Amino acid sequence: MLGYYFFLALRSLRRTRMLTALMVLAIAVGIGASMTTLSVMFLLSGDPLPAKSGKLFFPQLDPSTGATLRHTPMDLLDYTSAHDLWQAHRASRQAMLANAATRVQPTVSGQAPFIVQTLATTSDFFPMFNVPFRYGGAWSAQDEQRAAREVVISSTLNQRLFGGANSVGRDVVINGAQLRVVGVLDDWRPRPRFYMVVGARFSGGDTADLYGPPHDVYLPMPTGIDIAQADMQPFTCWSDGMVDPHHMTTAACAWVGLWVELPDVAARDAYRRFLEDYDDQQRSIGRLTHPKLTRMMSLHEWLDFQQVVPADVKLQTWLAFAFLLICLFNTVGLLLAKFIGRSNEIGVRRALGASRKAIFGQCLVEAGLIGLIGGLFGLFMTVAGIYAIRQQPVAYADLVAVDMPVFVLALALSLGASLLAGVFPAFRASRVAPALQLKVQ
Amino acid sequence: MQIAPILAALKKHRMATFLIAMEIALACAVLCNALYLVVERVRLSHVETGVDDDRLVAISLAGVDDAQAVDLGPRLRQKLSSIPNVESVAVANATPFGPQAGEAGFRIDPNDPVYRIQAHFYLGDAGFAKTLGLRLVSGRWFTADEYAPVDGFLPKASSLLVDADYASKLWPGQNPLGKPVLVTNLTFRVVGVVARMVRPNPSPFAATNSFITPALAGKGMASVYLLRVAPEKAQDVFARATAMITRDEPSVILDATASGPLTQLRDAYFANTRSMAIMMVGVIAALLLVSALGIVGLASFWVQQRRQQIGIRRAIGATRRDILHYFQIENFLIVGGGIVVGMVLAYVLSAVLMKLYELPLLPAYYLPYGALILWLLGQLAVLGPARRAAAVPPVVATRNA
Repeated sequence: MLGYYFFLALRSLRRTRMLTALMVLAIAVGIGASMTTLSVMFLLSGDPLPAKSGKLFFPQLDPSTGATLRHTPMDLLDYTSAHDLWQAHRASRQAMLANAATRVQPTVSGQAPFIVQTLATTSDFFPMFNVPFRYGGAWSAQDEQRAAREVVISSTLNQRLFGGANSVGRDVVINGAQLRVVGVLDDWRPRPRFYMVVGARFSGGDTADLYGPPHDVYLPMPTGIDIAQADMQPFTCWSDGMVDPHHMTTAACAWVGLWVELPDVAARDAYRRFLEDYDDQQRSIGRLTHPKLTRMMSLHEWLDFQQVVPADVKLQTWLAFAFLLICLFNTVGLLLAKFIGRSNEIGVRRALGASRKAIFGQCLVEAGLIGLIGGLFGLFMTVAGIYAIRQQPVAYADLVAVDMPVFVLALALSLGASLLAGVFPAFRASRVAPALQLKVQ
Repeated sequence: MQIAPILAALKKHRMATFLIAMEIALACAVLCNALYLVVERVRLSHVETGVDDDRLVAISLAGVDDAQAVDLGPRLRQKLSSIPNVESVAVANATPFGPQAGEAGFRIDPNDPVYRIQAHFYLGDAGFAKTLGLRLVSGRWFTADEYAPVDGFLPKASSLLVDADYASKLWPGQNPLGKPVLVTNLTFRVVGVVARMVRPNPSPFAATNSFITPALAGKGMASVYLLRVAPEKAQDVFARATAMITRDEPSVILDATASGPLTQLRDAYFANTRSMAIMMVGVIAALLLVSALGIVGLASFWVQQRRQQIGIRRAIGATRRDILHYFQIENFLIVGGGIVVGMVLAYVLSAVLMKLYELPLLPAYYLPYGALILWLLGQLAVLGPARRAAAVPPVVATRNA
């Protein structure tokens, strides 16, 4: 039966070429636009670390002093609080991290020095965030403690400095200090750069740069403090006295982030209590002076809170779906016109014994067929749309690609949408009274 | 031409009429908002900086440490001023369309302990105002003794200049001169108001929230240099400046993304804004196309369906013009209905966009524009089918369908 309807639908579509072309075009454009933006939206709002994101937490408190009170904790911690919490080792893994811009002096003569984005962190960072290594590995906890002159570099920097060779054991000169490479990362492009999302919520939705490549240099925290203290990038500093960038460990600045890995609910509750107790205790000794303001968000909550998905992308998605809706209304109107225009034929079929259900089914098959054809053309439009996005001057442009789920979703969406659009026209068509139509004939 | 019979006829096609009207309504909502965003973006990319864009070249250095800075600042200023066609040089902490360097929360009420507002603090040496070409609207420039060394990220000074537009927002209806600005443990007082000083990264909702503070080149201020050049010489001066730096200062790193003629930095800064505007224009075009196709399709169908009635009307005396007008007025009514609903939807969509962009609500004057565009589109789309309808000969009335 379905085959027969399919055959009828094909014949009917051929008969009204103009109307069919209009409907197919409308669906194709709508699907193309919505699938393109949806691909970008999926890419940018996806979970950056699906295996673990529910287990990673970002403890915060308010270390600021002085007259100015805050409503929410600052995005980062001061060094003392971060270090105390980190050193307590109350979580199964914990990593401190801080941003710095440091200066690399290539050892090949004639090459100019350049600036690299640097992360000062602790050894748990790599296993905690599943960071892949191509050569070597992380520094050891002992080396970290004695501020060993060791460094992990990205594959990009390894390419630039060593032509991509295994550089473990070779030296890199950063801020004038000679550091030995202990590890080279494999290609790693977390989206977004989730481990250091700071201040994004103040950017007015202009967050595309968070989707750029991650840091190029990873230093053990004590080493970073030794050689790049003045290059650390604080989130903010507060008012009691000026800030000396050469004493960041005691400065009145929030510049260190802390991530903890907590495998289950019990561990989470315990850590929350620990954080509160620490805050209480620090206030009792007078180091913290403000009312308690502790918070511990999961990675997912943190990214939501920071509104990492760029506003432009959300806008495009809204526009695209409004557009798809318009295309659907269009299709409903045209299908209605098409089916009612066939009232005579339907009347005859009804008179010859076709049930209402049969007419309804036949019309739906026709609508679905239009949807499928529209969806196929829509796929071409999606490919074109994604190509267009890749030409945009945004940090995530190179990440956007056509993938299988998008193809399947595009076809499913167009089929679903056209069936939905077909329901009402098909229902109307199935109400055609057989006798009346025959009389007019 | 009477409207009543048209309405009566439309009642027979309630559903199809409703669908077309809804399509127009949605199109109207999207169209008005997309137009608004495009206009806002175009307006932003033409933002007035308050400085002489085409006469300025920015040189930004990366990784200058404090020990280096003490000598480097004055030395580079000297070397840069000796380049031919350079009229003056200023040392600063940031340039328009470069990275922001002094974003900070501040207070204007000494009794309110909470930082509620933030702005960008420019640091400039004595050559800053002249080099940039700033205009003073009230108060005075800094005096020579007000320039102070930088400590942290601000100079230990006590006076500042403010953008005129921003001053009127901070102190509405009041004279800003003498007003306090409290940041970290420093208290500045406004000594002058400049006509305009754009912040480094202007956005639709914050373009002018900036202050200028008097600072001495040296420690903490040796990374950003602004060169005022003779007309049309920006490119040439920039090439000479980079060559000089590579030759004479091998330890210095030029920050390529934040250096160049200011007009180039401006273009680069707005590249994304422009591409979004172009994309939005594309969406508008596709939207209008689809709506037009829908109208053509449905109108053609109606004409087809009513051939006999049209024939009868022609036979009893209606002119071709009458038939043409009938379809045009019908379309005008349907689109009009859609537009009324669409205006409400436009505000719903605008409320969503407000959340995303912190944009003000859609200004009402976009609605008549949107309506006009859709009415014109509807008339254009219906013209073909209506002309075909008008061409139906009266003799059709005598034939059986």
